[in-house]
Amino acid sequence: MSAMKEFTKGFIKENPVFILVLGMCPTLAVTSSVKNALGMGLSATFVLLCSNIIVSLIKGIVPEKIRIPMFIVVIATFVTIIDMVMAAYMAPLHKSLGLFIPLIVVNCIILGRAEAFASKNNVFMSMMDGLGMGLGFTFALVILGTIRELIGSGKIYDFPILPQAYQDNPMLVAVLAPGAFITLGFILAIINLIKKEGK
Amino acid sequence: MEFLSQIMIMAVGAIFINNFVLAKFLGICPYLGVSKKLDSALGMGMAVTFVMTMASAFTWLIQSYLLIPFKIEYLQTIAFILTIASLVQFVEMVIQKNAPALYKSLGVFLPLITTNCAVLGVAILNLTADNGLPYNFGFSILNGFFSGVGFTVVLVLMAGIREKLEYAELPASMKGMPIALIIAGSMALAFLGFAGLKF
Repeated sequence: MSAMKEFTKGFIKENPVFILVLGMCPTLAVTSSVKNALGMGLSATFVLLCSNIIVSLIKGIVPEKIRIPMFIVVIATFVTIIDMVMAAYMAPLHKSLGLFIPLIVVNCIILGRAEAFASKNNVFMSMMDGLGMGLGFTFALVILGTIRELIGSGKIYDFPILPQAYQDNPMLVAVLAPGAFITLGFILAIINLIKKEGK
Repeated sequence: MEFLSQIMIMAVGAIFINNFVLAKFLGICPYLGVSKKLDSALGMGMAVTFVMTMASAFTWLIQSYLLIPFKIEYLQTIAFILTIASLVQFVEMVIQKNAPALYKSLGVFLPLITTNCAVLGVAILNLTADNGLPYNFGFSILNGFFSGVGFTVVLVLMAGIREKLEYAELPASMKGMPIALIIAGSMALAFLGFAGLKF
């Protein structure tokens, strides 16, 4: 039962983006379309899952003092793997995510989960936690990406939603840098509002 | 003169047009986290500028004399993050020993810099083929420095706005992170105007 709890907490209660406000750089940078958001979210999930498993396995043999560099090397290894796999099989996505693939290394969510969860719990729990947190991150990115793509180009996942007249003349600012900040700001404000109503 | 004008163009480009925070979404975490007070924002900005300049120099040397000769460019991510982590540690020790006053004002920010994606970002961008910069040692260092200055400028501006914001009457759900993000969005909108600069 508690394994299920570790898995689901990442979606709403401890959502890394909406509640903990971690990993802002990729969140804002790659959500200009749903496709990019999904690609980023799933690559981060893969890295998070694998690094949580390894960190949980080696937690007993890593000296306390050098644990952070060790965790970073583990994470960097998996980031390199996903970077090369994407370059080989998903070249267009790899190109549009660009710099932000190697930058998964410094995503605070991944190091944060390694330090706060995987280095203290067993392998199965860490797996559940990694998967849940990763998918929660993906979920947040996709929501943000959907809103921005819809306002900024009138499409969702390249599929036209709004009428042609809007698509010809969309509110372009939503897919540019300012739109990212402002959209996320309003989402967080709405979440605060819901939390307060709930109390 | 040719050289000087090239440097000028690079400085304006890195500080205003392609600002690291507002146009490239790098270093958002410290931008939102450490921008509540003016003096700590300045301290963080200085520390980041320093580390970015040093990191640009070291990673350029590692790429040119270690990774390329041995044909192990795919280890870039791992090599760079370790370089940056040890560099930050080293800088921290040197400053602590030789400039205790500076250490006191920067102290808390230094360990945070390892996970600042702006540092790894500038290191990788310096060595990417199509970034419009000449590929040489001097320009890499200068680009690191100017990008750091750009980060500092935006961080200090943000801190100034947020100090005033303390006295503003806001709806309760907007307080804290949501309004910070919306202000960041407005700043990004203003900085978008610099994109029209032509030389």
